[in-house]
Amino acid sequence: MKFKYLPNVATLELDQSKCNGCGMCLVVCPQEVFSFNEKVSSITDRDACLECGACARNCPQGAIRVRAGVGCAYAVLMDKFNLKGSCCNDSCGCSLEDIADR
Amino acid sequence: MSRSQKELPMASSDNAAECCPGAVAGEDSYLALEENWLSGQIETAAGPVWRVDTTLNRKDQIDAVKMRLGIGRMSFAVPPGLYAVGNPDDASSVIVSANYKLSFDSLRRELSGLNLWILVLDTGGINVWCAAGKGTFGTAEVVRMVEASNLSEVVSHRTLILPQLAAPGVAAHEVRSQAGFKVIYGPVRAADIPGFLKAGLKAGPEMRRTSFTLAERLVLAPVELVGVVRPLIGVAVILLLLNLIASYFGDGRFLLTSVLGNTVSASLPFVLAVVVGTVLVPALLPYIPGRPLAWKGWLLGVLLAFAYMTVIVPGITLLETAAYYLVLPAITAFLGMNFTGSTTYTSLSGVVKEMGVALPLIIISAGLGLIGLGTAYFV
Ligand code: SF4
Ligand code: SF4
Repeated sequence: MKFKYLPNVATLELDQSKCNGCGMCLVVCPQEVFSFNEKVSSITDRDACLECGACARNCPQGAIRVRAGVGCAYAVLMDKFNLKGSCCNDSCGCSLEDIADR
Repeated sequence: MSRSQKELPMASSDNAAECCPGAVAGEDSYLALEENWLSGQIETAAGPVWRVDTTLNRKDQIDAVKMRLGIGRMSFAVPPGLYAVGNPDDASSVIVSANYKLSFDSLRRELSGLNLWILVLDTGGINVWCAAGKGTFGTAEVVRMVEASNLSEVVSHRTLILPQLAAPGVAAHEVRSQAGFKVIYGPVRAADIPGFLKAGLKAGPEMRRTSFTLAERLVLAPVELVGVVRPLIGVAVILLLLNLIASYFGDGRFLLTSVLGNTVSASLPFVLAVVVGTVLVPALLPYIPGRPLAWKGWLLGVLLAFAYMTVIVPGITLLETAAYYLVLPAITAFLGMNFTGSTTYTSLSGVVKEMGVALPLIIISAGLGLIGLGTAYFV
């Protein structure tokens, strides 16, 4: 089952004119946002994007842009009030790792 | 300690130090190189390399429980370096791992009977996904460890297998141009690695998707619960004081047992709200209608308030009823919103949007409700 979060918020952009069809974005996206259309990548499930940034970082053509960040309310809150220890300290439950097993 | 491991320089991850105080593992906080999780050494062209045990023992299980509870999570960093599984040779695959012990353990557990290499990075004792998001599991660290471990002397091929969840931090094409190694992203789950290797380093779509099953959602509940223990004690102390004052002004005599009894029963709805917010919301996540997590939390909070006042304390005043309807859903909404940090699918833009709406409402609702509850003690 694919969970989806809020619609129409993802900052993902793809410039298909730069795409060389290497397929890397399809490989790295954990949410199956892209699919191939005539040998170029296209965004077919934008609302599933969690803005992890994997596609943009691994696109050798620089065809993808996304404002990557961590979708964690606690981190956003700490950040807003300029507090330290925003994430990944001993008390943070943010362990996708535990979820994903590695 | 083998030469190849001792000489590894520490990661200079300024970024991580800023974002995660206390999270960057110092040399002393590494797990000791001892036979409890290792089983001897093997000789390589680059010196001796430790072999890891592929069965988890009792101590590993106790460590896992401690980490799940959030106790001393940072003293469980695996020393970065190259490790062997079984009897690998120069043609064996190289799997790259974070040095968070839970990740490392769930990896090695799946590898029994295989012969390969594990290259452990210094991700500050943090798991792949979080470290990749911060860049500590990043291109630079991969390149650094490939060089520090003399990997190109140990293996004759030039391929690294990285967990797919490292992709937000690592640019495969840059690792290739900087370190000369081709990056192949492996499956999301360690359990799929043997199948991935057998299929000739191919991961099917089902290996690439993150899942978020009931068990996966609930495994995080203990850490979340531990996180709210302190505020909960604060609430209990305030309620105790309120009860003391109320009993003083009420009938003028302190009956310790009734004050304590009142405090416990007044704390109950808050305890229930916390359990609903940290256990029930994650458990029922896909079944609660609506997308924003604060909304999902709020809905269950309303149900809780309703159940509490019809089943546990029927017949309370209108003021208290209103107050509980304001306070309890505010708490569960907040905890629901907080769960965004534990999910596998929430985006930063979404969280910012959700918080912009939910946070003011939560604060107002909780504030009014608390005023109502406080007033109810004295009318
Ligand atoms: S990674 Fe970039 S170049 Fe490759 S298919 Fe995707 S968009 Fe096209
Ligand atoms: S940012 Fe992450 S989730 Fe969004 S499309 Fe890229 S890889 Fe997929």
